[in-house]
Amino acid sequence: MKYAFFPGCVSRGGCPELYPAAVKVCERLGLEIEVMEGASCTGAGVLQEKNQRLGDALNARTFAMAEEMGLPIMTICSTCQGTMSQAHKRMADDPAYMAEINEVLAEEGLEYKGEVVVKHLLWILVEDLGLDTLKDYITTPLQGLKMAPFYGCYIIRPTGALGFDEHPEREDSLERVIETIGAESVEYAGKTRCCGFPILTINERNSITMVANHTIEAKDLGADAMVTPCPLCHLNLDGFQPKAASMRKTKIDLPILHLPQVLGLAMGMDAKSMGLNKHIISAKKLLSSVALTA
Amino acid sequence: MEVTLNVRRFNPEAENPESRFQEYNLEVEDYFTVLDALIKVREEVDGSLALRCSCRASICGSCSMRVNGHAKLVCKTKVRDVTNAENEVTVEPMGNLPVVKDLVTDMKPFWDRVRAVKPYLQPEGEEPEAEYLAPNDTMLHLAGVMSCIMCGACVSDCTAIEVDQRFLGPAALAKAYRFVGDPRDDADKSRLQMYSEPGGIWDCTRCMECVEVCPKGVAPMDRIMGLRDMAIEAGFSNNNGARHTEAFVDLVKHSGRLDELKLPLKTYSPFDIRAMMGLSLVGLRAFLRGKTPPIIHKAIPGKDKVRRLFDKVEGK
Repeated sequence: MKYAFFPGCVSRGGCPELYPAAVKVCERLGLEIEVMEGASCTGAGVLQEKNQRLGDALNARTFAMAEEMGLPIMTICSTCQGTMSQAHKRMADDPAYMAEINEVLAEEGLEYKGEVVVKHLLWILVEDLGLDTLKDYITTPLQGLKMAPFYGCYIIRPTGALGFDEHPEREDSLERVIETIGAESVEYAGKTRCCGFPILTINERNSITMVANHTIEAKDLGADAMVTPCPLCHLNLDGFQPKAASMRKTKIDLPILHLPQVLGLAMGMDAKSMGLNKHIISAKKLLSSVALTA
Repeated sequence: MEVTLNVRRFNPEAENPESRFQEYNLEVEDYFTVLDALIKVREEVDGSLALRCSCRASICGSCSMRVNGHAKLVCKTKVRDVTNAENEVTVEPMGNLPVVKDLVTDMKPFWDRVRAVKPYLQPEGEEPEAEYLAPNDTMLHLAGVMSCIMCGACVSDCTAIEVDQRFLGPAALAKAYRFVGDPRDDADKSRLQMYSEPGGIWDCTRCMECVEVCPKGVAPMDRIMGLRDMAIEAGFSNNNGARHTEAFVDLVKHSGRLDELKLPLKTYSPFDIRAMMGLSLVGLRAFLRGKTPPIIHKAIPGKDKVRRLFDKVEGK
């Protein structure tokens, strides 16, 4: 299984621990990757506010590059996944629009044929690798640990653009991965809500209230950690958890793990090589629990 | 088939008014909607169950409720499509609105928001002899947004209203877009200024709950994004939301990818000392953990090609 790897800006920016962790985990799982160094930012839905056509052209450029590589795209970010899926759908639904976008790409000698497949690592685990195969790689099942899944909006909505009709298993893919690695998945209302990151610099109070609501709800239900396939959710839920705790005048201390990090732990990979020492909310207590279960 | 409806009940006149779930087991036909099932409960099992409905044909917008946690018109939702493996389905009143009784919510906060955006034409100049006319092709782009039936599903599941009741919310802002986009309306500037205030267009989280739950394809979030662009174009850009969007576009154009150190600096007003200090504290905490973007931002290979693409699409 080989993929054109689209790491996204944050995995090498605000969450620099994510990119190396993802690369190592893919290597361990036998997922071959070729990094798309020349691909641009997806626009993350923000650039699209100003100019949707521009966002679609940027993503069509990335799609055309993947088609030239003859590979499906792998993402490790819910926001990148959703933004690309939406761009793909708009062009697939309107061939005349796609032709106009291709006129823009022609200058660079690129053409998007409309055949790209864009898949988050989470979906690759379930659909391409298979959970039974994943289970064979697990050497340190995270038994006795309760993990709260946190999807990130763009990997679950809108379902029409994300292929949920063809792949209904995408709806609870994260819970199933958590169970496959031996942990118990915590069921709570916050798992499909917004983390608050998009309004962090616009309405910080609302953004941090979201962090407080979701982390406290998961913690109250006994979660030892939260797992997210989205680095943007991670940034808010981890980086702004201290502020959320002081807002509510309580202790939260819920480690927020990227999906590849939790996979690495369950495959017996070193916590430091997974970048687990880089989080704002320390994962030390969690790591000692993992060591106890090993 | 036999199904179990888990219905959230609430009676404000009870001695200890607390909401609780009540289970109803009943036989339903294959074609039954959730509304059909609830009416069967009310008529044959428990006459005290309160619910609101009218047309039963997804036109009146009366019967929005949360089914398995998400807002739906129950007259448009087949029981067989929402039951789990045990043939159970959960029905609750809409979220973000006060509950009157059982599945009936008080729509006053919904209508207050709609009224706040001035949902009526504000033309200027002399009144025409007959109606205010608009050419068909200038109204076509509003057909989608005018399909709104004011059912409240988007407000029920809005993640921003959940934390802040001051947010105007998806239905009202979609209505706002409908008037800014109407060629007969002459109040665009004052409208866009008002919608740019706190509690307006920039408080939307872009979570797409409203797009997902809207039973009529109005896509309120897309309308809010449209209003953001129009507000910036109209010059209402002296706020964090507009600065964030413009900075994001500039940074991607400059290097092909986002420079996360510069983005917050370009978003906050330089005079916002409190925000800058807060940012420094978060930055310091991250720095001590080795969790910061590279100090020297690296552009993508071929950034010039991306810039040319920007220029071409932006018509420069």
